[in-house]
Amino acid sequence: MSNIPAELKYAATHEWVRNEGDGTFTIGISEHAQDLLGDMVFVELPDVGDKVAAGDDIAVAESVKAASDIYAPIGGEVVAINEELEDAPETVNNDPYGDGWLFRIKADDASEVDSLLDADGYQAVIDEE
Amino acid sequence: MANKTPLYEAHLQAGAKMVDFHGWDMPLNYGSQIEEHNAVRTDSGVFDVSHMTIVDVAGREAKAFLRYLLANDVAKLSIEGKAQYSSMLNEKGGVIDDLIVYYFNDESYRLVVNSATRDKDMNWINSVASSFQVDITEQSELAMIALQGPKAEDKLKLILSEDDFALVKGMKPFLSQQVNDLFIATTGYTGEKGYEIVVAADKVEALWNDLLHVGVQPSGLAARDTLRLEAGMNLYGQDMDESITPLSANMEWSVAFEPQERDFVGRSALEAKKEAGYEKLVGLVMKDKGVLRHGQKVIVEGGEGIITSGTFSPTLGFSIAMARVPKPFGETAEVEMRKKLVKVSVVKPAFVRNGKSVL
Repeated sequence: MSNIPAELKYAATHEWVRNEGDGTFTIGISEHAQDLLGDMVFVELPDVGDKVAAGDDIAVAESVKAASDIYAPIGGEVVAINEELEDAPETVNNDPYGDGWLFRIKADDASEVDSLLDADGYQAVIDEE
Repeated sequence: MANKTPLYEAHLQAGAKMVDFHGWDMPLNYGSQIEEHNAVRTDSGVFDVSHMTIVDVAGREAKAFLRYLLANDVAKLSIEGKAQYSSMLNEKGGVIDDLIVYYFNDESYRLVVNSATRDKDMNWINSVASSFQVDITEQSELAMIALQGPKAEDKLKLILSEDDFALVKGMKPFLSQQVNDLFIATTGYTGEKGYEIVVAADKVEALWNDLLHVGVQPSGLAARDTLRLEAGMNLYGQDMDESITPLSANMEWSVAFEPQERDFVGRSALEAKKEAGYEKLVGLVMKDKGVLRHGQKVIVEGGEGIITSGTFSPTLGFSIAMARVPKPFGETAEVEMRKKLVKVSVVKPAFVRNGKSVL
């Protein structure tokens, strides 16, 4: 069984979203997603300051096996990226919900987060795959 | 129901992620394919290759049969246990399968062919054999593992008796030796020293466990693929198939055109191809960020080609690929990646041997 923390929100495209409580949201990929992709070799991140809309493909996770687009779960401005992944992309495999985070977005409309999946909803998405 | 090798339970115990591989439930990895890859390059790893098909060929005309069936010439083999890389071709010169043939004597040989092609291989072998006095026996009760890496010999020493180990100590590449229950060959698919070991299905789990107990890393299909690609070894169905001749698959070295008077299936088609010209399988190297992938378009001076196998190379730290391209081509090519054209280097299709870059 895959680990799906209850305090996070999820997109059906396997991103997780954590509310930092200051109008910003941290985003990464789920344990299930990193397991599907396997050993990560490159992570291409957006630039800080980029304006993104929900559903835009703004990052790429490239494993030995495949390249996978990562979508912005919510719209807003990219305010931080995880630069550590440049030299240690395997962190996404080892700690997908912690040090393996990808980027942080300052939401244009924080209510967009409410329409994302909760842990049970995301579990149901995985079960259907 | 997928086929299971005798090591199925052992894979689950070792934490394998299992996948379907041409009808077989096989381990993809046991956690990290890169760690497994690195273990084989720097120490030792063991793979379950029991899904591969072992076929024994015996009889008065065994040698004549194999000289006709195979593109390489078994007449070059004279030392008992000697192994040879070869292929079976159709009349058009296309590769039905690539294989290893082991020589015991002029009336006894062993073939190891791919699993994905088992049915068509057996049909082809049996149909060609019908004109010869030979017995074809598929050894489905045998299992096979591959112990690979610079420490493979040290590990083998730890699990064999002193007398048994003496029989294979310092054995040169591409030889084999029956050691009690074990058929031990110095062959492999990684570019490292090591062994492929054939043993009865009911004894393979004990052998597997012995190797794990002396610190050999269980390794899955994912690591096997990156290791063989770094070594410049072809994967059947990807780098060549029945529509591709050995000339266009970097296998020309394994086709024996001499002696002229030996006829083999596909010979005349290959000779015609040599006259007419043919595409070449080359290596590609890309040091920029990104990974070359199977199916991507390659542009050279002679026109458009295609990547047959591409990956990130864990040993080198950048991406490598094999590509089939028309002549002429130079030292660089362009690859269409995610709608962009990226410049790459063209090299011989071999990237890593014995743990080191050969670029």
